Amino acid sequence: MSRPASCAPALQRRPAARALRTLLAGLLVALCALLLTALPAHAEDFAGDFNYRLQPRELAPGAWVVVGLKEDFSFANGGNIVNTGFIVGREGVIVIDTGSSKRYGEQMLAAIRRVTPLPIVLTVNTHHHPDHFLGNQAFPRATLAALPETIAALRSEGEGFNANMYRLNGDWMRDTEVVVPERALAAGRQRIGGRDVELVALGGHTVADLVVIDHDSGTVYAADLLFNGRAPTTPHADIARWLAALDTLEGLPARRWVPGHGEPATDLAPLRQTRDYLGWLAQAIRTGAESGQDMTELFQTPIPQRFAGLALVEAEFRRSVVHLFPAAEQAVLEAARNKASR
Amino acid sequence: MRPSARPALAWIAAALTALASPAALAAAPRTGAPSPPAAHTDPLDSPRWEDMRKSFFADVTVVFDERVKVSGPAVAEDSLNVPVNVDASALPGVEELIVFADFNPIVKALRFEPGAAQPRLGFRIKLQQSSPVRAAARTADGVWHVGGAWITATGGGCTLPSVGSGSPEWQERLNEVNGKLWPRVDGGERLRMRIIHPMDTGLAAGIPAFHIEDIVIADAEGRTLSRIQPLEPVSENPSFTLDLRAAAPGARLHVAGRDNNGNRIDAWVTR
Repeated sequence: MSRPASCAPALQRRPAARALRTLLAGLLVALCALLLTALPAHAEDFAGDFNYRLQPRELAPGAWVVVGLKEDFSFANGGNIVNTGFIVGREGVIVIDTGSSKRYGEQMLAAIRRVTPLPIVLTVNTHHHPDHFLGNQAFPRATLAALPETIAALRSEGEGFNANMYRLNGDWMRDTEVVVPERALAAGRQRIGGRDVELVALGGHTVADLVVIDHDSGTVYAADLLFNGRAPTTPHADIARWLAALDTLEGLPARRWVPGHGEPATDLAPLRQTRDYLGWLAQAIRTGAESGQDMTELFQTPIPQRFAGLALVEAEFRRSVVHLFPAAEQAVLEAARNKASR
Repeated sequence: MRPSARPALAWIAAALTALASPAALAAAPRTGAPSPPAAHTDPLDSPRWEDMRKSFFADVTVVFDERVKVSGPAVAEDSLNVPVNVDASALPGVEELIVFADFNPIVKALRFEPGAAQPRLGFRIKLQQSSPVRAAARTADGVWHVGGAWITATGGGCTLPSVGSGSPEWQERLNEVNGKLWPRVDGGERLRMRIIHPMDTGLAAGIPAFHIEDIVIADAEGRTLSRIQPLEPVSENPSFTLDLRAAAPGARLHVAGRDNNGNRIDAWVTR
């Protein structure tokens, strides 16, 4: 970061003849020119124009999704690793999550405007993770809404997330600020924007996970309760509650599913895959704690072949060990102590 | 910055510096085509290594040795609870181990006298920023053997850099030991324990340093088997994993110790 700056003082420090300095300055200019001509190819890789190139897809009439990459946050993707969505009714638009940055929110709104001129009537944050709410700035403030627990979590953790996202995504985040929705949502079925929509309040991926059902098209926006082809993340997970939420989801009358990460689907494959992985993960951590493994040993657990196709599975498994092992370990050690003191 | 992550700009900067200074020209080939590292060259290429050497190994022989291994996550998901396992069991005759992180405000994390245990210890530390985490093992001949690994401390995407829990738990349960023994297939005994303690670093305003400083593991007859001396960088409610070479007689061990305020640790751990 400080490297380009540090090379200029090196030049000035040199008490050489003026001629040499001029020559060097010339060389520097030549080098910089060389760099600049070399830059475009480089910039293309790193999307230096800060354009997420969001391409909304219409899954069914009025039910749209913007599919993100199956990656972790990076300077290259600017946080475009999340699926966002919007539902276009007769009278207005419902926005489901706003992406990872102010720029994402603005570009998402522009993408919506390419589809419809109708007003935004509701903008929901499905849960309090940073890739789902940091685009809030771009949307009308009065339309922002979330479950009450999500609002509380955004108030306490939002700023920290934002600071960390600047570290992970760099300048993509420029001017991004936390905007916490003021409107608390309640579960229930209602007409919003002229569309038959149901809000389902679940949890387990985080303290509160909002699912939006568009009954007119049979599309379930399941947010991060569903992952497809990408390993689930667990920093605030309660696995038992998450598995129960999946059971609830399975009972919904859905024709198509939009996961929080990965491709939308028309069958239960993503739900089954998420359930299978979470079940295995919980079991691996419990077994590790009960057999006296250390955290770093548990990192070495072989990932079953059936999960080999999940993007980032190795890294996410290790992250999950850090999230979930301490409680499992403490349960085992406390039980042993209680036995010893009897 | 991790050496592997150096951008091409670094090379350009080096080239420019070389152009500007004839003296630097001599150094330029080293940047372009690295020669094989000498035994005294820090394999982690840390700008702090020379300070580390002066602090810990000023008048003694120190070598980099791949038989001393430090394992942990490449990226610290929770920077207040970074799992670290140090293992010098490939090295014969280890009498003492120290663990330190070059870029931590308090560099040294703990000292470990394995005694009747394998020279191998699992625990968690706090990391202020990305840093080499190193273990140095002293063998009977007085030579220190150093190994280590870089751990990046940016934090994961949906995980915040933690703040101290400020949990009131410790006030009622201070120095409570939750532990368990597991017989090992090699005939040894594994001890895992977690001790309730805030392990305050003294770096947070208004909160003085308050940490466990001595833990002695003894058998049922009171013979000392192994000793751990943690310092401030060890995580809150520290958790330790160590492997004794022989089974514990009576399948129980005694854990005794104290913190820097003189509060005692005294507990039995069983299978």
